[in-house]
Amino acid sequence: MTTQESRKLWLACGVGLVWFLILLWPMLGIQPEGLEFAKTFKVFGYIAVAAVFIMFFYQIQEAGHLDIVGDPIKSATSNIGKIYEFLPRWALLGIVLAIAIIFPLVTGRYAHDVTISVLIYICLGLGLNIVVGLAGLLDLGYIAFYGVGAYTYALMSLHFGMSFWLCLPVAGVTAAIAGCIVGYPTLRMRGDYLAIVTLGFGEIVRLIFNNWMSLTNGPNGILSIPRPEIFGYQLKSLWMLYYVILAIAIFTIISVYRLNYSRIGRAWEAIREDETAAELMGVNTFLLKLLAYATGATFAGFAGAFFAARMRFVGPESFTFLESAMVLAMVVLGGMGSIPGVILGVLVLVALPEAFRGFELYRMLVFGGVMTLMMLIRPAGIWPAKRVGRRSEEAE
Amino acid sequence: MADNKTPILELKNVVSAYGRIQALKGISLKVYDGEIVTIIGANGAGKSTTLMTICNIIKAVEGDVLYKGKRINNVGSEILPTMGLCQVPEGRRIFPRLTVLENLDMGAFFRDDSANIKSDVERVFELFPKLRERRKQLGGTLSGGEQQMLAMGRALMSRPKVLLLDEPSMGLAPLLVQQIFNIIKMINEQGVTVVLVEQNANLALQCAQRGYVLETGKVVMEDDADKLLTNPDIRKAYLGE
Amino acid sequence: MEFFIQQLINGITLGGVYALIALGYTMVYGIIQLINFAHGEFFAAGGYMGVILISYLAAQGLHPYACLGISLVLAMGYCALLAMAVEQLAYKPLRQASRLAALLSALGMSIFLQNGLMLTQGVYDKPYPTEITSGGFEWGLVTVSYMQIFIVALTAALLIGLNILVFKTRIGRAMRATSQDKVMAALVGINSNRVIATTFAIGAALAAAAGIMVGLYYGSVNYSMGFVPGIKAFAAAVLGGIGNITGALIGGLIIGMVEIFAAGYISGEYKDVFAFIILIGVLYFRPTGIMGENVDDTRV
Repeated sequence: MTTQESRKLWLACGVGLVWFLILLWPMLGIQPEGLEFAKTFKVFGYIAVAAVFIMFFYQIQEAGHLDIVGDPIKSATSNIGKIYEFLPRWALLGIVLAIAIIFPLVTGRYAHDVTISVLIYICLGLGLNIVVGLAGLLDLGYIAFYGVGAYTYALMSLHFGMSFWLCLPVAGVTAAIAGCIVGYPTLRMRGDYLAIVTLGFGEIVRLIFNNWMSLTNGPNGILSIPRPEIFGYQLKSLWMLYYVILAIAIFTIISVYRLNYSRIGRAWEAIREDETAAELMGVNTFLLKLLAYATGATFAGFAGAFFAARMRFVGPESFTFLESAMVLAMVVLGGMGSIPGVILGVLVLVALPEAFRGFELYRMLVFGGVMTLMMLIRPAGIWPAKRVGRRSEEAE
Repeated sequence: MADNKTPILELKNVVSAYGRIQALKGISLKVYDGEIVTIIGANGAGKSTTLMTICNIIKAVEGDVLYKGKRINNVGSEILPTMGLCQVPEGRRIFPRLTVLENLDMGAFFRDDSANIKSDVERVFELFPKLRERRKQLGGTLSGGEQQMLAMGRALMSRPKVLLLDEPSMGLAPLLVQQIFNIIKMINEQGVTVVLVEQNANLALQCAQRGYVLETGKVVMEDDADKLLTNPDIRKAYLGE
Repeated sequence: MEFFIQQLINGITLGGVYALIALGYTMVYGIIQLINFAHGEFFAAGGYMGVILISYLAAQGLHPYACLGISLVLAMGYCALLAMAVEQLAYKPLRQASRLAALLSALGMSIFLQNGLMLTQGVYDKPYPTEITSGGFEWGLVTVSYMQIFIVALTAALLIGLNILVFKTRIGRAMRATSQDKVMAALVGINSNRVIATTFAIGAALAAAAGIMVGLYYGSVNYSMGFVPGIKAFAAAVLGGIGNITGALIGGLIIGMVEIFAAGYISGEYKDVFAFIILIGVLYFRPTGIMGENVDDTRV
């Protein structure tokens, strides 16, 4: 990096920090008692120091000074990558599966809790991946299907005494029907509008959960939802539930994998790339888009039913737009269209914040910032899907 | 007469890409002050791309674009009209939901001599009386020919030194085409250098002093216009023999 | 009958607010074809800035009307700056990128700003001093509060101002030209970056004004107040015809009216749903909206 470029970068950083100060101070510093600057400068101080640090770091790295540390790391990761490619698929999966199965036996409640969440979101992420990643339909109201599944199990078990295992497919079906209802009007809409409409639907569903007192008990939610039973034995412990969601997650992963490489998956990708061309090649875009919504919704429905069984309570507050946005972030930031990418996205967005429990307050702030940042520097995600050939827009 | 020293506009080995397709593969051409130069060639040869590259709408990947001797590769497109370099792009591209008068005003957007702007509008109306009739009408409601007149008028409003015209004759009735070309000759006589991209090679070569022939992104021939008109290969390929 | 008139008055008031917010969405979409998800946060930030400034100025002893006037102007200015910063940081670099990337960047900004407000201003509602604007007229069962008159008057004034700006000034012509054909606008010497920044600034300033009015009307502001009105305002923009300024006004009034009348005559709990239904309906049956779209549909 030349000194001129470096200077420009520092200048941009400086200008940015000044703007930040100008925008920050009025919010913090104008009090009825008088104008104060202490609070602002404290916050600004942290940010400025961090920014300078990052800039410095970045410049040193660009100049190559960090290669002494960077190169060994890079060769280590590429070696790991080679091992990854060297081992046959089944061995790798076997190892992962073994770890997953042994996991709850060697860890405590907290870990069970987190991993159950992770597995739920993996199902959600993979389901959304079908809609967004494969078929290219930007769905911002996906969490509604999760809610439909959850409420289905809650209501079925409480009103009709249906067992969890029976409700699971029912939840999937109701969610799929919801998916078709949502999908149908959107079939002729273009990208941005599609997003807003699905958002609208998501909100409508949440409002229905919140206001239809006779059905859903409104904001109070539904309580005392029964746990799943196996041959009369209630699965009360968290680690038992872990295995249930693990099974559901494995089922989801396998299904999504098979769909990915099926004719339907090809057709979805064709629609995503160029809908008109797909139509002209004989793809029934109407049916397939509907199918994408329905299929994605089904997995959300399964996850929702499990969620209701695990929490033993459902309420409309669990199914807000923010949740939809988070699942979308997991898919996009992890790597759209790729199964390991989505799983990675879930880990980063669900497991990582757990490590920073102390900064709970800043979690959403960081999340928003990271989302924008990722779009600016690496829009394909951390672990994007491998493609055969390159698309013209991806040429860098 | 053409100034034989520095060309007012010059391209040196310009390479530019449209998406991932390489459209210009090393174009070199010179335009001298006061002439009319035409660029002819088949569809897709890169004629429009050349003009868009000159104006920095499409970035030149390699090579130099020189205006009045200075390299303008990195100059923002919107600065060029202030330097006297204006383009009337293909398809007229008048602003559909601005009135005729507002469209003309847009041509003079970067100017701040309001008295002269007013008189320039008058001059345009004298050239194109139809536009005066329709001055409060929205640009999108005009006919194809009227839109072309409007586009030319708008270009004149910027008092250009060098005017790039992309297919001014496209889709117009012969009478109108003749009128347009007369106007081109007229403004050239008043000192405006014209670079004329045309599919109608016949008309273009009759109007211009020199010509370049483009084929798939490269200049394959350069000569005086009347020599090109009588060149048998050119006649076969572009003049419909 | 009186109930109807009351709802009408309430509807016009609410409609005006939605129209002001909708203008920001419509102008930005018209010029760069981006749904600015973060626009609702400018509305919220404006509301907060308003109460912050009013409280401060009132404590310094200024006359209430002066407090209100100065705060209005300063808050609008603040949000204009905020919007320009957001555009420069999160949208400008993505102008050539895919629509998904820009949309997600906007989403990220929305979440970031909303939480920024929460962290700097707290989770609880921040009350507005409502003594300035209490009281009103009464005709039998119909009340028209001073606040409502103020809102309608201010909205009208801002809309007239915007109209003059967009249709009678040079910068307004530049904005319209850029939204109709970006490339051609550049070729006639218009600096599209500046025009886009200005568009963002104006849209945010209008939203800020709406935020202050809502704060005064309902007595408080909250960090999450931008989300639902944002979607409704977007629905209004689409209903009127995206990119179309008159359309935003009409759309806003319709959505406001529908919401008030539906709440009054059908169901109060589901009032938010009506805007969403209108949105979905418009996009399904007539996506170009009532007044037709005003976007750049050309290519290089």
